[in-house]
Amino acid sequence: MSDVVPALLEMRGIGKSFPGVQALRDVQLRVRAGEIHAIVGENGAGKSTLMKVLSGVYPAGSYEGEIQFDGAPRRFAGIHDSEQLGIIIIHQELALVPMLSIAENVFLGNEPARAGVIDRYAMHARTRALLARVGLDESPATLVGTLGVAKQQAVEIAKALSKQVRLLILDEPTASLNETESARLLALLRELRSQGIACILISHKLNEITQVADAITVLRDGATIETLDCRAAPVSEDRIVRGMVGRDLTHRYPERHPRIGEVVFEVRDWRVQHEQIPGREVIKGLNLTVRRGEIVGIAGLMGAGRTEFALSLFGHSYGRRISGSVLLDGRTIDVSTVSRAIAAGLAYVTEDRKGSGLVLEDDIVHNVSLANLAAVAPGGVIDAAREHQVAAGYREQLDIRCSGLAQRVGQLSGGNQQKVVLAKWLFTRPRLLILDEPTRGIDVGAKFEIYTLIDRLAADGEGILLISSELPELLGMCDRIYVMCEGRFVAELPARAASQERIMHAIVTAQATAQA
Amino acid sequence: MSTLKHGLRDYGMTISLVVIMLLFEILTNGALLQPLNLTNLLLQNSYIVVMALGMLLVIVAGYIDLSVGSVCGFIGALAAVLMVQHGWQPVPAVLACLAAGATIGAAQGWLVAYARIPSFIVTLGGMLVFKGLSLALLAGESVGPFPDAFQRLSSGFIPDVFGGGSLHLLSLAAGVGLAVLLVALDLRARGKAIHHHMEVESSTFFALRNAAIVAALVYLCWSLASYKGLPNVLVLMALLMALYHFVAARTTLGRRIYALGGNEKAARLSGIDTRRLSFLTFVNMGALAALAGLVFAARLNTATPKAGQGFELDVIAACFIGGASASGGVGKVIGAVIGAFIMGVMNNGMSILGIGIDYQQVIKGVVLLAAVFVDVYNRNRA
Repeated sequence: MSDVVPALLEMRGIGKSFPGVQALRDVQLRVRAGEIHAIVGENGAGKSTLMKVLSGVYPAGSYEGEIQFDGAPRRFAGIHDSEQLGIIIIHQELALVPMLSIAENVFLGNEPARAGVIDRYAMHARTRALLARVGLDESPATLVGTLGVAKQQAVEIAKALSKQVRLLILDEPTASLNETESARLLALLRELRSQGIACILISHKLNEITQVADAITVLRDGATIETLDCRAAPVSEDRIVRGMVGRDLTHRYPERHPRIGEVVFEVRDWRVQHEQIPGREVIKGLNLTVRRGEIVGIAGLMGAGRTEFALSLFGHSYGRRISGSVLLDGRTIDVSTVSRAIAAGLAYVTEDRKGSGLVLEDDIVHNVSLANLAAVAPGGVIDAAREHQVAAGYREQLDIRCSGLAQRVGQLSGGNQQKVVLAKWLFTRPRLLILDEPTRGIDVGAKFEIYTLIDRLAADGEGILLISSELPELLGMCDRIYVMCEGRFVAELPARAASQERIMHAIVTAQATAQA
Repeated sequence: MSTLKHGLRDYGMTISLVVIMLLFEILTNGALLQPLNLTNLLLQNSYIVVMALGMLLVIVAGYIDLSVGSVCGFIGALAAVLMVQHGWQPVPAVLACLAAGATIGAAQGWLVAYARIPSFIVTLGGMLVFKGLSLALLAGESVGPFPDAFQRLSSGFIPDVFGGGSLHLLSLAAGVGLAVLLVALDLRARGKAIHHHMEVESSTFFALRNAAIVAALVYLCWSLASYKGLPNVLVLMALLMALYHFVAARTTLGRRIYALGGNEKAARLSGIDTRRLSFLTFVNMGALAALAGLVFAARLNTATPKAGQGFELDVIAACFIGGASASGGVGKVIGAVIGAFIMGVMNNGMSILGIGIDYQQVIKGVVLLAAVFVDVYNRNRA
């Protein structure tokens, strides 16, 4: 049966090595025409390297093995060659020019033109047709920078369609989308599949993969472990995880024994106005408590205002005309600047560790001490030895894997980078730790380590506020969950009463009443 | 092997400076390192070095300052007007000029840090403003000469308390003393690092590096001592270098500037007042540009309307040759100083060789590009 459908892409015996590392070893990948083929694996398993081989970023000759596409062996010298055949890759960091319009972006480098003069009417007409195909209801003249991530992604797909795409490669496409947006994207992939466009989907979100994938190839340590066929029988998430980590991961979350004490942290009637649009309230009177040793979650869709809330609490880093009070141990604290918030006992682990959490060019030691330099610098002069000791302590405590403490954090894996961020904030000795998407883009194994660490901190009496877009994560870790919708808490659920359905239900009801 | 490679990359610019010096020493038949020429070389580059110290911090913080040449000229003009035309005493005049420089820096810094205008634009404006103001202040003419006491800032030498005839003993003693101090400090730091199990360079490399520093220092001071001794401005420069190196490498203030340039958002969310810090780097730059303007005016003994023009280019080039990154967050004070001297030695050597000003510029431009190319290439490979 499976042999009837011919392979669109066949990669055989792919090997690729860098100085000192064998990144890929004898990898096999077979994608049939018109199928959604998921590639899963932990960070560092070789997924992106494989895609770079396929798209020609690593030119023919720099790797072993062979690539067959559309029935003929291919040797790509660069991305241009693979794009010519309709192999288009959409990276996690979208490659659009924010100050150009949708139409200009879609046809960038490929403009319909006569003698170098762009035919704007043709460009707009063709863009409109492409936008209809991807279901994006926007004018081709809209600037891309004004669109949200989900719509930008649709623009990328329209751009791929304009290049007669036959094999679309999506690298972590839903990492920064909320549930509805993700669902819409997956529906679009199914639609493209029905039009005969094959798709390679790289993702950490196993629930989405089980929904849409026709086949799943599992990579581990640079080698193909197995290819699972989902058409014959559905494949469970646990089955995939077993392939990825090489063992049964019975618990994706640590077993918790919370001992919850008195209220340590309290926010009363917190209101924040939009940074650019005066008068528009983004946070509309939030009240929140966190008890000693308790992990409190905040659920909500993208744009509900969760990150804005956290940032405004943390030194008024977002918004204006902020009002309301913040109490720690029953006493009002001043959080009007970041340094005051830190001094009062707050710490905020950002959702964007590369963009606003780490100094990537700098080493581990300097990153760890950054938020509490005074503690290693009596009189303003840094005691290098003491600073080093601090970092060494956290390296051991959090099991930060690195070649040495002088390693640049930009070279670390996502999970280890996140541990450096955590170390930085633990060193400020916070009473309340706010974690914003602490496991985004981190592989399954490292996630478990981060969860264990969070649990240990809570057990030590720390108050924890956990913001996450992944409902299973909130359900697996939290003692209590606030559901946020459009700047308000619309439900507060104790862990035993919470479920994905109840959380989504609370959001949908709130949206319905808001519109009514 | 790997430590050697690492060392070569870290000290690549120092090695380049040595190679360039040897090259010109040979090409000029030994004229380059003559005591008289060496003294001139230091005096000629002192104001570039002084400004490079401030510029390095500005660049590390992620900004640029194009106005330093004009500010330098403007402050020279101000000094001339105050001392020559209004008869101010040198000390109050110098203090007023430094304050004026800091104020200029503060104004530009405010526009960059608080009004969020790109530093390139702010300081481009400043460059035009102060170029025009120096012309206006001097009414288009040269003003001089300065009082003797002021001239000594640039053309004076430290006194010889020992009275040692042909050899300036205090100068030699100062060089030896400094060398001993540096080795002692380095040994102490190494001992501490080993005690705390930190990564250190191999003992051979450590010994070689220190031997090279001692040899260079002693040779320099001995050579200068055989002429008139250490110039005052060299002492000033050495003190400032030590101070800025210390601030950049060892203090929380310096560390925060690196974090600001490396990732402003991360720095802000770590409790660093990034705006105030940006503001202060410009205030500091203004004060140093003023100091450089004073040194330059004292050296020429007149203030001319064209003084300082184009200095900003040499200063910025010095920082980039010395390994600073145009995107901020990376760069060393010692690197900027070495970069300044690479430019200085080339200027001086090519002048001795009689190469015209036309080709001098071409060669300097190529050296800047080559230095940055090698740096970027190394970083991408690492």
